[in-house]
Amino acid sequence: MLLSIEHVHKTYPGGRPVLQDVSLSLDHGQTLALTGESGSGKSTLLNLSAALDHFDAGEITLDGIALSGLDDSGRAGLRRKHVSLVFQQFNLIPSLTVAQNLSFHARLAGCHDPDWEAHLADRLGLSDLLSRFPERVSGGQQQRVAIGRAMAVRPKLLLADEPTGNLDETASAAVLDLMLSLVTESGTALLLVTHSQDIAGQLDRRVHLAGGRIQ
Amino acid sequence: MTAAIIQALTSHWRSHWLQLATLLIGIALATGLWSAVQAINAEARASYARANAQLALGQFDELRDPSGAIPLTHYADLRRAGWQVAAVLEGPYRIQGRTLRVLGVDMVAYPALPAITEAEAETDPADILTAPGRLLASAELATLLQAQADLPPVLITTELPPDVILTDIGVAETLLDAPGQISRLVVLPNQPRSVPPLSEIAPDLERISPASQVDTAQLTDSFHLNLTAFGMLSFAVGLFIVNGTVGLAFAQRRGMIRTLRALGVSMRRLVWLILAELTLLALIGGIIGLILGFFLAGALLPDVAATLRGLYGAPVTGQLTLQPAWALAGLGMALGGTLIASAQALWRLSRMPLLAGPSVQAWRGSGQGQRLAAYCGLALLVFGGLAYTTVGGLLGGFALLAGLLTGAALLLPLCLSIALNLCARRARGPVTQWVWADMRAQLPGLSLALMALLLALAANIGVGTMVSSFRLTFVGWLDQRLTSELYLTAESDQQGREITQWLEPQVTAILPIRNVELAHETGPLFLYGVVDDPTYRQYWPLIARTDDSWDQVMSGDAVLINEQLARRADLWPGDVLRLGPNHQLPVAGVYSDYGNPTGQAIVSMMQLDLIAPGQEARRFGIRLDPNRATELAQTLRERFGLAPQAVVQQAAMKAQSRAIFEKTFVVTSALNVLTLGVAGFAILTSLLTLWTQRLPQIAPVWALGLDRAQLARLELSRSAILAAMTACLALPLGLILAWVLLAVINVEAFGWRLPMYVFPWDWLVLFLLTLVAALAAAALPALRLLRLPPADLLRVFANER
Repeated sequence: MLLSIEHVHKTYPGGRPVLQDVSLSLDHGQTLALTGESGSGKSTLLNLSAALDHFDAGEITLDGIALSGLDDSGRAGLRRKHVSLVFQQFNLIPSLTVAQNLSFHARLAGCHDPDWEAHLADRLGLSDLLSRFPERVSGGQQQRVAIGRAMAVRPKLLLADEPTGNLDETASAAVLDLMLSLVTESGTALLLVTHSQDIAGQLDRRVHLAGGRIQ
Repeated sequence: MTAAIIQALTSHWRSHWLQLATLLIGIALATGLWSAVQAINAEARASYARANAQLALGQFDELRDPSGAIPLTHYADLRRAGWQVAAVLEGPYRIQGRTLRVLGVDMVAYPALPAITEAEAETDPADILTAPGRLLASAELATLLQAQADLPPVLITTELPPDVILTDIGVAETLLDAPGQISRLVVLPNQPRSVPPLSEIAPDLERISPASQVDTAQLTDSFHLNLTAFGMLSFAVGLFIVNGTVGLAFAQRRGMIRTLRALGVSMRRLVWLILAELTLLALIGGIIGLILGFFLAGALLPDVAATLRGLYGAPVTGQLTLQPAWALAGLGMALGGTLIASAQALWRLSRMPLLAGPSVQAWRGSGQGQRLAAYCGLALLVFGGLAYTTVGGLLGGFALLAGLLTGAALLLPLCLSIALNLCARRARGPVTQWVWADMRAQLPGLSLALMALLLALAANIGVGTMVSSFRLTFVGWLDQRLTSELYLTAESDQQGREITQWLEPQVTAILPIRNVELAHETGPLFLYGVVDDPTYRQYWPLIARTDDSWDQVMSGDAVLINEQLARRADLWPGDVLRLGPNHQLPVAGVYSDYGNPTGQAIVSMMQLDLIAPGQEARRFGIRLDPNRATELAQTLRERFGLAPQAVVQQAAMKAQSRAIFEKTFVVTSALNVLTLGVAGFAILTSLLTLWTQRLPQIAPVWALGLDRAQLARLELSRSAILAAMTACLALPLGLILAWVLLAVINVEAFGWRLPMYVFPWDWLVLFLLTLVAALAAAALPALRLLRLPPADLLRVFANER
């Protein structure tokens, strides 16, 4: 099992529970859609899975590593080497070029592979944009850079939070197709947060969250 | 409606209280430092004006004898011929190491002085005129005088400057040991119609109008100008903080402004309300600044007063009084400065299209803006150079300084951007690459603070180099000038002769120090006579000379002059100096004479006796085996009943001179440190105000696997690297500044040129201080980052923003 979430509880300051007794699992190469209304806790669950945030109770295990036992530096190491993230807001580094953004995570993780990155750039249609800065390319192109950055690490798990939420219908479909094909090609597991039932339908499994509980 | 808009506008400050505090501190620091300098200058000038009014100086024509004292016979002749003149005898008087000025006036004829009117109201006027007479002095001075047994009774007055004793001319003759002498004659108003002309009665006297009398205010002008320049620099550095903070606040309110406009508020109304808000903030910051400035000035004034008294004999009290005009001017500067610093941000806001996005990035400037600033910087450098070459003088010198500093500051962002680009190209690792690229992206937001740092560092290096060069030169010069092992002041001419006779067989040489004050077109001229002794030929610091300078001087055929007189009168070896109606001598050499504001010349003792016969011989330099100096000094004191301070050893004299020197630069050093402190604060405020913009840059890197401790360390390194780069650029600028101060400003302001020395150790210390300041400034943001809850970083990724 790649990702195992067991009886996880999370409460925000002020006492509002966000996640209550949530359990699910994800195997290597599997794709899972996490759906739910705004505020249902899906982004929080994704953040917890990425070791970006702390949970109050339960346990999350990623590739055999229990997250509750990790300190700040251990969590950073886990994110660097095992997990890749794609956000709705793209979150590229504005001061680096497209090429630098594309290779940035892989270089941090110490698995920089120029050929693989060139292949990704080609597949994602970014080859002509490599010397540009993020602010000089479109939203769809920025999200493709974010996907490329994530896949350049050849991660075991890709976590994507509404990756097409900021794109129009055409760009959204193109980006999703590319992401799914790359994930399949490299055997990466995918946990994708989305509002869209259409997108969720394209993945292996679907889990619906409501009021912080799995339905 | 207006109330609702105000409520919306002010709500920004409630949620950004640190920004508000920064803005107020920026205004307060700028106003405080400027106002402190202005308060010091105003107090000093008020003291000069008060002294002039209290002593009736600079109001009437005066008669002076260019060759020295006026003979009593001239006074009698003039009075007999109907001239309404009042005699004045003045001179220095030392008590317990403190030099006082005795002003002896003809109490009957002299214009009514406030001090005398005050004294006459409290005592019988006859007491002042009849023996033993009375001394009029301030309360503080009176305490000192009353402790002296041999002095006449003292009357306390509030109407005299510090360090001045006013008395009848008869009493002054005794005090100054100058019987029958008159320093000058005041020509009173309402002269009879038909008095014989001056040329018939006393042809050797010169009539000097009030306009051409050199007064203290003129003498000290350059000192005050230097202080003002420093105050202006501090003010400008403070305004950098205001500019940065207002710019960010306006950018952050773009969304709110857009909403207000969408709700029907006109831009015109918004601009007026923001102007009113800025005015209120400027006034609050200005009042805080005035309080700060008042206390700062109060702390610095005693040192400034001591400097002015030491350097120029200027009568400045060490106490500060609160002047309404000063407070109003300070508030005016705060308001004007705030509006100038906010003008660009306000203008940009007023031209913002209704549908413009609320992006904060726009505030951070662009490459185009950077280039424009660089062009302006180049233009200012050219302007400074042109102003110096075409206008010249002190004004041209200051224009050169202003152009140099502001031009270099405007060029800084471009220079840093180029340097960061070069570093980024050489970077290998992803983190290093990101750090360099991120620094370049951060540069527009930090550039104002870095400009402030550049100015503060350049001022530190420039002024530090000047002061240290001056110190080194001064110490070397002291060694040349103070060559005698002992310096002795006898109580009288007669005692001087007795001591000389007693000393002659036991010492290597006795060098009399005799001088007379003459009038020269450039101001007072002190003429010294020297005896022919190898000491002078070996040690006297000549900076321009003929081959046989000393031979010519000793044979009575030439004169040596100090650098001040040489530059003011443009007299150099070969030119002729006029020493009186019947005396003129060619200049054989020019010597350096640091710290002396007045002209000075040296002739042979024989020439001095010819020009001004009968000058007393009370002061001597004594050459002897240095090992015997202490013993001989003690013997002299015991044998001739001399006061301890009447026989001074060379080392003590040098220590005293160095102490005066150090005191002169206390204010400059204090302002130097304060300016650097303000620049450090500017970096802190910039980093804090940039903080909210940093999260979107930092969060993705954190999410990709750098922990908060690593990121915090990188934040510290970033600040240190930018400060270090700025410091490297400040070094050449500071050295150019030092050169301008030494070779241009000093020559124009004080009349002497100093050689420039460099002090790499001082630079290293300053460089380390800069790093410490930059790290301290970045410590708070770094600590915040270290303690930042992941939830705050996660907000950057939140979909529901």
